[in-house]
Amino acid sequence: MQKLQDIDIRVEAPVDQLAQHGNAVPVLHEILHALRRLGETEESTTIDLRSIPFGPGDEELLLDVLGHGEVAVKLEALGVSEIYETAFAGVWVVDHRNTEGERIALQIEIARVPEILFTQVTDLIDSISRLENRLRTPDGVASLSNPMNGRRRDG
Amino acid sequence: MADSKTETKTLGESLRQQGVSRRGFLKFCTTTASMMALPPAMVPAIAEALEKARRPSVIWLSFQECTGCTESLTRAHAPTIENLIFDHISLDYHHTLQAAAGEGAEAAREAAMHENFGKYIVVVDGSIPLKDPGFSTIAGISNLDMLKETVAGAAAVIAVGSCAAFGGLPHASPNPTGAVSVSEIIKDKPVVNVSGCPPIPTVISGVLAHFLTFGGLPELDDLGRPKVFYGQSIHDRCYRRPFYDKGLFAETFDDEGARKGWCLYRMGCKGPMTYNACATTKWNQGTSWPVESGHGCLGCSEPDFWDGGGFYNAISIPDGDIARNIGLGAVAGVAVGAAAGMLNRNAKADAVAKHEAVTVDDLEKTS
Ligand code: SF4
Ligand code: SF4
Repeated sequence: MQKLQDIDIRVEAPVDQLAQHGNAVPVLHEILHALRRLGETEESTTIDLRSIPFGPGDEELLLDVLGHGEVAVKLEALGVSEIYETAFAGVWVVDHRNTEGERIALQIEIARVPEILFTQVTDLIDSISRLENRLRTPDGVASLSNPMNGRRRDG
Repeated sequence: MADSKTETKTLGESLRQQGVSRRGFLKFCTTTASMMALPPAMVPAIAEALEKARRPSVIWLSFQECTGCTESLTRAHAPTIENLIFDHISLDYHHTLQAAAGEGAEAAREAAMHENFGKYIVVVDGSIPLKDPGFSTIAGISNLDMLKETVAGAAAVIAVGSCAAFGGLPHASPNPTGAVSVSEIIKDKPVVNVSGCPPIPTVISGVLAHFLTFGGLPELDDLGRPKVFYGQSIHDRCYRRPFYDKGLFAETFDDEGARKGWCLYRMGCKGPMTYNACATTKWNQGTSWPVESGHGCLGCSEPDFWDGGGFYNAISIPDGDIARNIGLGAVAGVAVGAAAGMLNRNAKADAVAKHEAVTVDDLEKTS
């Protein structure tokens, strides 16, 4: 099925006139304040870009200024999320998508590591019991092509 | 439609059973917070509440409506997340979506009411005709009777769309069916108005998510609408606002001002008197919204917007000169917005009284 974003829309205004709505700069200032806070007190900040009244070009300008840094992570949970550190260390873009690839949240996280990347306690407990189960059964690690390999849940 | 009797698992338990990791759950909570227009700092509290949330029963009644609100919701742009919410709601009756009809369907409604008495949510789309009950019936039951009977055991009522919230199109002058809103009938239960024609899908799911998460209803404005979504005017959050403040207006849909993205006030934009989340939440996967697409706001989330004069009439500008009327250059932006809002309200009341129809002239109006 054709998706809305597949319909080719041509914007008539020249590209250099698009980013004239001035909403990217205040966000950049907010990011700067949050970075200082992180440096001084270790307090992290998340900015939800959905709550900001961006005009055409504002988001593009913001992401363009932030650029890409050294780390990029793909998270596969309820759809693919792309998480990357921007050219400004400590400033991360967290782009959550659903299983259809549609954006469901776009956030800027000012932190040493984005919260969602930490291994969660319940997942850790689950991992321990799964690996224990695998090692307990004789055919748990029997062959390279074992259907149990790489599966999150046992049964 | 699931059996609400057998469903006792919490949302956290059912997600885990579906193989969703804790990280996936946190992504779900982050998106839910964003959908409820709550700050990201509330994610841990939301996670804790959603972990324990139990499946509420929902009965959806459709009266004098066009099904646009159900369409809006079922076309919601975040299938994964919103489906998870809807999977977790026991939608026990929705005669547009369910296979059963007539007495079989009514039996499902009665069973859900009986089993969840005092706890279920009633969602209503469409207005209720009072002039003649025969104008709109379901299985021979008038809309008025069905509403009263169903709401009797409800915890709360959510009026979805401007028809259920304010009477909407059926209520437009001369209101041939004597259409009224839900809150004109239901006085003894909390009624939340989720207005819009249709409402933004994420706003509908946001209100349901709020109930699911916190077991209660969000704070409401004086028209019964959730403040998180309807607390600010379109105009106050509009990215074209700097042009309004500078007095730069598009006069037609194809002039230089339109191409440069100037303010649409003079082409009839009702943004200054309209409270809704379009300017930030946007439509169609957050792609754009009417003003971004170059068309003024119609004011669809406000009472009687159909009778507010022509959509293309800049009703707030009695003699066509906004700067002179509200002293544009001299007043700070927000104050200008407020003043314009007042002018709009007066002019709208005037238009309602005269019941102006949209004419070809309106469509071609240049100032
Ligand atoms: S009048 Fe309309 S287009 Fe102009 S700033 Fe207000 S909401 Fe935006
Ligand atoms: S921009 Fe105005 S008319 Fe359009 S959907 Fe939003 S509130 Fe309704």
